[in-house]
Amino acid sequence: MKCWDPRIEEMPKEELQQMQYRLLKSLVYRLYSFSPFYHDRMKEQNVHPDDIRTLPDVKKLPFMFKRDLRDNYPDKIFTATKDDLVRYHVSSGTTGKPTVVGYTQNDLDNWTASLARALTSLGLGRGDVIQVSYGYGLFTGGLGLHYGAERIGATVLPTSVGNTERQIELMQDLGATAIACTPSYLLHIGEVAEKMGVDIQKDTKLRTGILGAEPWTERMRIRMEKWLGIKAYDIYGTSELSGPMFTECTEQKGFHVWSDIALVEIIDPKSGEQVDSGEKGELTMTILQKEALPMIRFRIGDITTVNEEVCACGRTHPRVDRIQGRVDDMLIIRGINVFPSQVEFALMTIPEVGQHFQIVVDRKGALDDMLVRVELNKESFSDKITDLMLVRQKIEHKVRNSLNVNATVELVEPGSLPRYEGKSKRVVDRRSL
Amino acid sequence: MDVKKYVIKQISVFSENRPGRLAAIAHALGEEKVNILAFSIAEANGFGVVRALVDQPERAYKKLSSIGFNVAFTDVIAVHMQDRPGGLYEIAKILGDANINIEYSYAYSGKEGAVLILRVDQVVDAIEKISKTGATLIESSVFH
Repeated sequence: MKCWDPRIEEMPKEELQQMQYRLLKSLVYRLYSFSPFYHDRMKEQNVHPDDIRTLPDVKKLPFMFKRDLRDNYPDKIFTATKDDLVRYHVSSGTTGKPTVVGYTQNDLDNWTASLARALTSLGLGRGDVIQVSYGYGLFTGGLGLHYGAERIGATVLPTSVGNTERQIELMQDLGATAIACTPSYLLHIGEVAEKMGVDIQKDTKLRTGILGAEPWTERMRIRMEKWLGIKAYDIYGTSELSGPMFTECTEQKGFHVWSDIALVEIIDPKSGEQVDSGEKGELTMTILQKEALPMIRFRIGDITTVNEEVCACGRTHPRVDRIQGRVDDMLIIRGINVFPSQVEFALMTIPEVGQHFQIVVDRKGALDDMLVRVELNKESFSDKITDLMLVRQKIEHKVRNSLNVNATVELVEPGSLPRYEGKSKRVVDRRSL
Repeated sequence: MDVKKYVIKQISVFSENRPGRLAAIAHALGEEKVNILAFSIAEANGFGVVRALVDQPERAYKKLSSIGFNVAFTDVIAVHMQDRPGGLYEIAKILGDANINIEYSYAYSGKEGAVLILRVDQVVDAIEKISKTGATLIESSVFH
């Protein structure tokens, strides 16, 4: 099958834009009437739904940021009643409080439809066995891909993350043809397979990788495709948008963002203005049909460009290029978003920890490794090694519990970490992708 | 008996486990003309604690703190051992029988014989038990 929903996917651009305008208009009216949050925001911005008369008028609307979700924890921005919610996902916030995303049945259906189109555009369908090696649970990756793959009639192998040797055995025994996971996890699987004497190219049926949740490069794509004998495709999404939603098609020229699902803008992060066509800027999305947690002009923080040209595959929807960086200091470690401010927040609750810390991110083999170097408080120094080891353990637990990422903690001498005037650079990222 | 005179101030210094750290500590003490009489290093994964008996503990403490080290004083005791097989056993047995726990210990064998330095959980008890058995405790004035 070429397209999951050809009527929409190949709809002429003009018609798509008319549809987007209608969806935007009704979204704005609905939120102005029923969402205190958006009502106040629009009032502050001095914009009324009647002012939205064309699609480009979207730029009159206020932005939304991740901090708005934190400030309205857990569900103050939700516009669906508790009875209409059918699921929660939770991701890490920028500080101590996580971000909660709620879904109505329609929200889940739209998310699943988006992925059904995306997976079909990779040539997947009935008869394929899709191994979902994203985490299942509060993280959106596992369940998102799971329902998307089931929708297109593929067989899901829900392995989640971890227990890599077993994953490889099942991949062989059940004939997985595609795998969805982080690119670094696929590299890890490749390495473990080699150690087990399994040649992914010859000994498995794997031919497609659906890789995302962390940044990767063309260099990694070439390496994985050659080494593992697969086609490696980029998948994109964030929990605020629903989860992983969009992928490249077989052309591998940017991920298609379905226009009936999201309205894309590229914003200059400094001025807040739209950049010129084709220029680099901050990816900003309005999710046009979301019911539980609406998103108008959500500033995602990822830097990229958008391409409005019709794709060689025939799909008319805009394509967003590979993510090239972040506007903030967010790190992605093993697919999990980590803000240095969260680490700071966690550390400051521990009295034995001094004022200074440093995060060192590296790749050990294929996997990310986070090291938190901490200066011990002078008063907390104990002559006993066991006391010091307990302090270290306590910090490791605290970091793991608040970030959902394992970190190694290193206690360092006071004064040994670099001091900065003004904004400190607390992150050393040694990964080269 | 005056147990206090047997309580010795050991300095303990937090150190990262990497080349040059002991040299940095030793250099600083040398500059201050502080003599190290005995020392040991305890190490855990990535860091360690350097423990030393010095002739001028206050001076050592001040100097090391001023250059950024985490330093603490810890009370230890020192006991003469017989420098022959079974010498260590005699001292260790006294403490074991008295149910006093040795947290850590190190020894040196110098001109005046072998000396065992002990960090125990009950310092006063240990001093009393050891002196009752006739073993010789070394007064802190011998060190500083």
